[in-house]
Parts: sequence; structure tokens; C-alpha cells
Amino acid sequence: MIPELGAAMLFVALALALYGSVAAGVGGRTGRPALVESAQHAALGVFVLVTACLLLLVYAFLTFDFSVRYVAINTNRGTPFYYRITAVWGALEGSIVLWSSMLTIYTLIVILRHRRNARELYPWALSVMLGVLAFFVLVMAVPAPVFERLTPIPPDGRGLNPLLEDSGMITHPVALYLGFTGFTVPFAFAIAALITGRVSDFWITTTRRWTITAWYFLSLGLLIGGWWSYHVLGWGGYWAWDPVENAAFMPWLTGTAFVHSVMIQERRRMLRLWNVALVVMTFSLTLFGTFLTRSGVIASVHAFTQGAIGIFFLSFLSLVLLTALALLAWRWDALGAQGELDSVVSRESVFLLNNVMLVAATFTVFFGTVFPLVSEAVRGVKLSVGMPFFNQVNVPLFLSLIFLMGVGPLIAWRRASADNLRRNFLGPIVVGIVGAALFWTLGVRSALAVISLSLVVFVTATIVVDLLRATRARMRVGESAPRALGGLLLRHNRRYGGFVVHLGVLVVTLGVTGSHAWSVQTETTVHRGEHAELAGYRLRFDGLRASEESNHFKVTGTFTIDGARATGAVLEPAKKFYPQDSSPIAYVDYRLGVMEDLYVVLGDFARDGSQATIKLQVNRMVSWIWLGGLVLTLGTVLSLVPERRRPA
Amino acid sequence: MWRWLIPLSVVPVLAVLAYGFRVDPRAIPSPLVDRPAAAFALTAFDGQAVRLEALRGKVVVVNFWASWCNPACYDEAPVLERGWREYKDRGVVVIGVDIQDTREAALEFMRRFEITFPNAPDPAGKVSVDYGVYGVPETFFVDRQGRIRAKHVGALTDDAFKTSVERLLPGA
Repeated sequence: MIPELGAAMLFVALALALYGSVAAGVGGRTGRPALVESAQHAALGVFVLVTACLLLLVYAFLTFDFSVRYVAINTNRGTPFYYRITAVWGALEGSIVLWSSMLTIYTLIVILRHRRNARELYPWALSVMLGVLAFFVLVMAVPAPVFERLTPIPPDGRGLNPLLEDSGMITHPVALYLGFTGFTVPFAFAIAALITGRVSDFWITTTRRWTITAWYFLSLGLLIGGWWSYHVLGWGGYWAWDPVENAAFMPWLTGTAFVHSVMIQERRRMLRLWNVALVVMTFSLTLFGTFLTRSGVIASVHAFTQGAIGIFFLSFLSLVLLTALALLAWRWDALGAQGELDSVVSRESVFLLNNVMLVAATFTVFFGTVFPLVSEAVRGVKLSVGMPFFNQVNVPLFLSLIFLMGVGPLIAWRRASADNLRRNFLGPIVVGIVGAALFWTLGVRSALAVISLSLVVFVTATIVVDLLRATRARMRVGESAPRALGGLLLRHNRRYGGFVVHLGVLVVTLGVTGSHAWSVQTETTVHRGEHAELAGYRLRFDGLRASEESNHFKVTGTFTIDGARATGAVLEPAKKFYPQDSSPIAYVDYRLGVMEDLYVVLGDFARDGSQATIKLQVNRMVSWIWLGGLVLTLGTVLSLVPERRRPA
Repeated sequence: MWRWLIPLSVVPVLAVLAYGFRVDPRAIPSPLVDRPAAAFALTAFDGQAVRLEALRGKVVVVNFWASWCNPACYDEAPVLERGWREYKDRGVVVIGVDIQDTREAALEFMRRFEITFPNAPDPAGKVSVDYGVYGVPETFFVDRQGRIRAKHVGALTDDAFKTSVERLLPGA
């Protein structure tokens, strides 16, 4: 029953989305509001149907309806309630459902917010969004049929990929997809601007909030992905330049470039062409990410080979890129810049440099990711580039970007005078250099760490300098210090929200730097009652115990800390044996701390519990990465607060 | 005119991606191919001994499967059974090795597909380690001299079975 009902709803949704896309386009072209209104109704219908499909799928998972093939493959009777819901998007078909569902929500909000305030662009933007939606519904209906029936109905399902039995799997895909799909909105408005020829700055200002929202969710998705990798995979790291990670990181890079370059257009009427190109690139990269991870053309720990879906995605990607770039070529003359770069030492040029570096980073990540394909196509040899390549190329780029992060917000527009530079940067540079000397005397010997830390100090100093100066200016007119600061943050929330986001990035940078420079690990075999020691921690191995869980068999080791630090705490790393998986899954146990985490992975063990091999890590400052995510959230919220009109 | 080159610039990138469909990133040839097949001695579900050594002189198809491996193992079970019935008189033996499974579920699976060729559990997982089994199903084709001559990953089809077996039979 469910398979047929679901499939039927999908086909109706597909028809509605296609109709809506065409109707909105024709309505926009001929100026017939009735058609646009009809497209809105179609969009509402798609929203209802896709939501119903999502709920239907959740229902099938909760009731173990193994007549749905997707349910049978991704769950079994032992799967706990909580994970039966996350299993909905635990594999390709369901993740497309989630994607579409988010896209319908965005479409609905676009309708609500912009149907009146963006008259000329709106019908075309709606048309583009419904077109993209139609593609995703098509994918759900044909190459990745989520409601495909399974006959005969098996008595039990296969079960979810055990690695996905984690709370991070609730938030990570949701945040990531809110980010991915969110970029559809600025893309749709950019295409609308190209089609209508209204390529001025209206589409940029209209979509500013959307862009920031999408950027934020993408950042959050990446951070939660890192957290999942860190506490589930048991290798003690959070980022491995795996193709799937790169797939999400590339649109983040171009999206970050876009968030910055739009400010140049708003302020100086420059970079129109560039902004359109960036948003096209960002949107295409979100599609490319899905293509990459789901088509099976690149091997990754996450990728699942899937037949026809790759061809669908590549065709759609080609359609998007060729159409968007052809439109861009068509409007070439209108997209010409009005402003000009007055001086190399100016905010425009710093932002430009920031964009060049972000796009350069995107290209290196892109190249590194598709390198196995290129090498096989050109030389017939399977080769891969790994972490060293990505780190060597990207670390200098990222360090330079952090430097620019300090310079950009303070340097003058048009042409910075020597006085402007001295006033803004002399102090922070001195503080940065003093910081570097301090870190060196404190015993930091890694040049990279010293550079990174002193850059963080420099940028923080620029933010403090700016905040102090502005607060003092307000205090001169008689406001108290807290009032002045509060008023500043709220009145100029775009600027100071941006600063807080920058602070968040700095905190993440500290985490990345610290974890690379100071983490230590050891691997050792201990007998019962013996100790493993690392960095001042003493761990006593107390024994093993086995337990039968609802869907797996678990062997847990007990380790008590009795050294100078954290005495009395018990860590219980385990190994989980799932019947559907040939190798056991490590269950990491850890104690998180602000400055360091103690992290234990259970390796081999003797069956009688007399001895066990463990990997012990003390990972430094990793928590700062997650903390940075919180600061990032605060900054984004601040920058999205509706700007208050000043009292006249 | 040159501005129309912008859309064309993405064509090479798209072409490389399209090329990706023609190659399988996981198709790394098994290092076991053309090496002697590791010997094993297992006890079949029906109690009979299954020894690879004893089958020298015959073409042996060693199939690794599990009852939870749905749909691939479900798809190929009838293929194996058909192949076995068709070729058993021409010196071909099909052996099923059931890994990471429970006895009841495995027997139910064999009843369902009316499997008649010998099947044995691999209780310690030793055989699957010797054959470098990465997932199920995987199938190895062993020639009459006891060498692995081909490895098939994923569900077998009638064609794939026939082609691989015919190649190893005399007169081919």
C-alpha cells in the first residue's frame, strides 16, 4: 500500500512542479499575474505532497514496513526507535527526500516573503526554484525510487549502516541540506536577474539574508560532520579531505567568497558579473557534491555506487551550468562594472584578494577530488592525492585569508591613506608580533602554529580596536559604556554580526591549530589491572564485559583513571558487532575538556578479558572547534536581526 | 563573440565527469587472481565435509553469501542454483560459504531458494579472511589446477556465471 501511495504522490508532485515552473515563467514573461498565482498554488501542492512523502516514509520506518525496499535495506527489527527516524535519510534515496523537503520549505518562504516586494524578479525566481524542485522529485521517482516495492517481503530488514547510529545524524544532514538547498534562493534570483535583464543590485540586496542563512547552515553542517567524524569514527580526527567532505566544503568556499563580494557590489557597484558567476558556481557545486558522492565515480568511505542517478545529476548539472553561463554571456554588457578600483590599498582590493584566494582554494580542492578521474582518463593510471596535498596547498591560503579577515573590515574604501593604515593596524600588528614572541618563549616551536596563533591575535586585536573606538565615540555623546556597546551591536548589526562570525572562525582556527600542534597518542596492550599512561593520565584496565543489545553484540572495556588527573572517572570504550557488517565498529569513549580531550578506542582483546589493546589519545583544543560553531551561530543571528530604523 | 566561450569552458570538466561513468573506482583487480586458491575444510549445514583440496581436477565456484545480504544475495541465489544444476555433470562444483550469519536464518534462506549445492558456514571467519572477502556476495572461480582465475563482486548473473565457468572448462 505505502509503496504505491508514495510513488503516486511523487508523480503528482512532479507534474505540479513542472507545471508551476512553466506557468511562473510564462506568467513572468507575459506579465499575467493569474499564471504566477497558479504557479504559487502548484508550489503549495508540491510542498504538501513532498512533506506527505517524508511523513509516509517516517511512518514506514516506524512500522517496519519491509514491503518498501528502502526501509528493508536501512532498518531491521532491532533498530532503536530514535534511529529509525534518522534512518529515513540514512542512504541515498531518503536523503533526496530530505533535500526536496527542505527545498519546498525554502520555496514556500520565498513565496511568502517576496511575492510582493520583488515583482519583476519573483516570477522567474519561482520558476527556477520549481524547476530545481522538479528535478529532485524526478530523482526520487525514477533513478532513486524511494518507494520501490520489495517482493517477496522479507521477515526482517538488513539494518542501518551502524556508523550512522549516532545523534549527529539527526542534525548533520538537516543542517547540511538546509545549507545546500538554501543557495538555490540566491541562484534563482540571479537567474531571474539575468533573464529579465535587471542585473542591477536588487537581486543581491533581496537575497542577502538567504545567502547568510544558507552559508550559516552549511558551516554548521560541516562542523557537525566534523564532530561526528571525531566521536564516531575513532581515528581521533575531524577532517580527512575525503571526497564527501570536499563536496560540502567547495560550495562553502565559494559561498564565503559570495557573502563578501556582494558587499563590494552593494557599496561600489563593482563585481556584478563576478557575483553572478560565484552564485552559479556555488549552486552548481551543491549539485556536484551530490553527483560526486552518489554516482560512484569517485571512491570514498561514504559513497555508494548507484546506477542511473549519476547520469541524471550530471545531465542536470550540465543543463544548469550551460544555461546559466549562456545567460551570463548574453547579459555580458549589462554586467559591466560601474565603479572602478581606485587603489590597490583599499577595502575593495582586500575583498577581491579574499575572493581570489577562496576560489583558488575551491579549485585545488576540486582538482584534488577529481584527480583520480583525470589521471585515469589521461594516463590510464589510478592515482589519488591525499591529505598532504590538500594541506600543503590550502594551509597557506587559509592563513592568508585569516590575515585578510583582520585587514578587510577596517581598511578604508577606495583608497586607504597612510594615516588610516597607521590608525587601524599599527596597534594590532604590534600586538600580533608580541603575541608571536610570547608563544615562542612559552615553548611553541612549530612555525606554523606560531604564525597561526599570532594571526588570530592580530585579527582579534583589530576587532577590539574597532569596537573600542566606536563605543568611545558613542560614549562621547553621553551614553554609558554598556549601553553604547549594546546600541552599537544592534544598530550596526550587519557589521558587528560579521565581526562575531569572524571571531567564531578564529576560535575554530585555534582549535584546528592546537589539535594539530599538540595532540599526542599511543597504542598499547594492557593486562587486567595494569595501567596505560599518556600525558599525565593513568588508565587502569579493569576488564571486559559482553552484552547483547537490540541489534548488535557489544564488548565493553572498563578503564578507570587513577593518575594525577581526573582520578576516579571511568571510560568505557567498546566494540560493536553488527550481524550485517563483516567488521566490528569501534565505540569511542572520551572525556571532553576545554583544553584537552582524553579519547580511548578499544582495539583487539583477549576473549577471556585478560588483556586488551587500546589506542589512547590526548587531543588538544578540539573543543574549540565546536565552541567556534556556537560563536558563529551568535554572529549569524546578530547579523540577521532586522535592521532598526534610526529615530528621525 | 568570445564571451560565448564562457559556457563552453565547462564542457571539458563535464566530459571528465562523464568519463567517470565508464570506470569503476573500486575495480581494483584482486591480487589473488592467478594464485593458488587457499585450501579450506568446512562442515556443511548437512554435516558433510567440504574440502577444496578434494576437488582438484574440477572447476570450483566459491560463493560467499549471507542471509541478511538483501537484495544482492537474494538475486543471485537462483543463478547459482541454475548454474550448479546445469554444469554439475560437466565437472563443475558450486560451494557456498555463509559468513556472519545465524544457522536458522541461513537454513531458511536455503530452503526458500531450494539450494542443493553444498553450503557451509564459516564460523571463525577464517575462509573469508583468506579470500580477502570485503563484502557479500563475492564469488571466486577456481580452475582445475586449484588456481583462482576470476573474482566477481556483487550479484552474479546467468551470463557472468556461464562466461566465467566455460572459460575454465576443457575445450574452451
